[in-house]
Amino acid sequence: MIKIKAKDVDVFYGKKQALYNISLDIEENQVTALIGPSGCGKSTFLRCLNRMNDVIDICNVKGEILINDFNINDKSCDVVRLREKIGMVFQKPNPFPKTLYENVSYGPTIHGMAQSKQEMDEIVETSLKKAALWEEVKDRLHEPGTGLSGGQQQRLCIARAISVRPEVILMDEPCSALDPIATAQIEELIDELKKEHTIIIVTHSMAQAARVSQNTGFFHLGHLIEHGPTDKIFKNPDNTKTQDYITGRFG
Amino acid sequence: MNKNKEQLLNKRYRAERRFRLYGQSAIFMALLFLTIFIFKIFSTGYTAFQKTWLIVPVNFDAEMMMIDQNPSKEDLQDADYYDIALKSMADLDQNANDDQKNQLKRMVSYFFEKEIKNEILNDPSLIGKTKEVYLTASDDLDQVFKGNYPRDLPEDQRRVSDYQLKIFDQLVAKGKVESKFNISFFTYADSREAELAGIASSFMGSIFSILVCLMIAFPVAVLAAIYLEEFAPKNRFTDFIEVNINNLAAVPSIVFGLLGLGVLLAIFHLPRSTPLVGGITLSLMTLPTIIIAARASLKAVPPSIREAALAMGASRMQTTMHHTVPLSMPGTLSGTIIGLAQALGETAPLILIGMVAFVNTIPGSPMDPAASLPVQIYIWAESAERGFVEKVSACIMVLLGFLIIMNLFAQIIRHKFEKKWS
Repeated sequence: MIKIKAKDVDVFYGKKQALYNISLDIEENQVTALIGPSGCGKSTFLRCLNRMNDVIDICNVKGEILINDFNINDKSCDVVRLREKIGMVFQKPNPFPKTLYENVSYGPTIHGMAQSKQEMDEIVETSLKKAALWEEVKDRLHEPGTGLSGGQQQRLCIARAISVRPEVILMDEPCSALDPIATAQIEELIDELKKEHTIIIVTHSMAQAARVSQNTGFFHLGHLIEHGPTDKIFKNPDNTKTQDYITGRFG
Repeated sequence: MNKNKEQLLNKRYRAERRFRLYGQSAIFMALLFLTIFIFKIFSTGYTAFQKTWLIVPVNFDAEMMMIDQNPSKEDLQDADYYDIALKSMADLDQNANDDQKNQLKRMVSYFFEKEIKNEILNDPSLIGKTKEVYLTASDDLDQVFKGNYPRDLPEDQRRVSDYQLKIFDQLVAKGKVESKFNISFFTYADSREAELAGIASSFMGSIFSILVCLMIAFPVAVLAAIYLEEFAPKNRFTDFIEVNINNLAAVPSIVFGLLGLGVLLAIFHLPRSTPLVGGITLSLMTLPTIIIAARASLKAVPPSIREAALAMGASRMQTTMHHTVPLSMPGTLSGTIIGLAQALGETAPLILIGMVAFVNTIPGSPMDPAASLPVQIYIWAESAERGFVEKVSACIMVLLGFLIIMNLFAQIIRHKFEKKWS
């Protein structure tokens, strides 16, 4: 089933065009990887999906992005509601400089998702369990989140993102600041999370894309060159540029 | 070839050593000036914290005080102390003629009557008895006792007569002159008499001014900074505002004084010489300083924190109030304190709005006339009397102490409460 449908998306930074005519369908409860060399626009596209580009004054997004058949670029779309449904995990772990508990409970608090302290405790516990962090931190929930290791911080950010039960989780190179062991943990987690969430992951590592994703889109210089099932993209791409990038001839 | 290389290397090392030497001598010069400055102030000022008292026997004669033997409290309040006060001073020399009696009276402050009165109010049983009472010495004798007075000048060039010096020396020989910690320097308001002048009025004036300044400047500046940094679109108009805020910070303070004079006093008719007007004027001056500090500390909050909050579905307002502003507060607060410390040391604008007036009462609210510490320094430095010289330095010491404490506070806030982010 198609969860997100992008139609002819153009993005401009001031006068400079960063994305050209991107049309891409994203399947529900699957992992879609966006790959491509640096500066190709894959992160820009990802940030279109929860309208994070609004933050950048000079950024201008054109085209339609349908999520559950609703155009999020429409004026009637409320970004606060949208971002409740579309969670995001960033490249560098960015926990709030608050306690672990406050980090995870922040989203449910501002969206009024818990009626009592017990409910909130439950949300925090399940979120941390889903992020495979509970066992490591259950005794120090009230210590600062910034005191964790890099991999733990990233899993905390994932717990924070899933605390509001989003339908979609966007991940912007979530492992680029982590060591191989932490990376493996996050990848395992992604596999687990896709049962309940649709996941879109931007990654620099082709091996990672091959390991975790079912679908892959290849971006180059602002164009979506090719997209399709990961197997096909990696084994039998239609486009020579894709072929060259996958085999490491450039990028 | 190799030799050349070695020469070049040596040259580079020499250049580095020279550069270090320049830097070290610059720091040495700075420290030297600072030391001289502080030494000068301390060596002139420390004596102001001591005050000289004459111990004079006073006969509390009921008849001379025009009361009966068992007076009520009111009687004691209204009694006449001038005669017994005068008599106890005159009695220091049994053979004094009228002129000499007059000179004897001038050896103590004009508060002597009040000091004698306080004595008997504390202990009404003294009536009819004689007791030795501590009387504030005149400022000139105070300086004589502290060794700051040029006794060897010819008599007609001194304010202290040979006769007064003779009596004073006799008292010193009898141990009837004592030096004690000068409490009145902190509890009395300003006075034309150096021995009775204190900083209470100007200290309270400074405190009130700073509070008014804080209450106006802080909320306005912080709101302006938050709006400009977090909400305002970045366009030519906001750039223009930013440039002008920076310009405002560079405007000479006397210009703000003129503004206070022309607007607050002339148009709004606020009470002249009051900390209220002083505080408002100072807040205009402090505003840009706080805005700049607040904006800098808002800028220092990593964008990743804002993104994290926004991506969780927080509104811009929530992102700002829950995350950015709390994280920027330590920087904003320490900037505020630095701005207030600047305002505390400001003299020129306060002179223009009339806080330079002679105020011998201690203000109870920002609406009462008052001086401020730096203006007090200015007033005393203008006074001719020798007794004010040490007072100027002492007042500078108090002001500097105040400033050091504030800056220390700013440092502590910055280091203790600033959160570290990964």
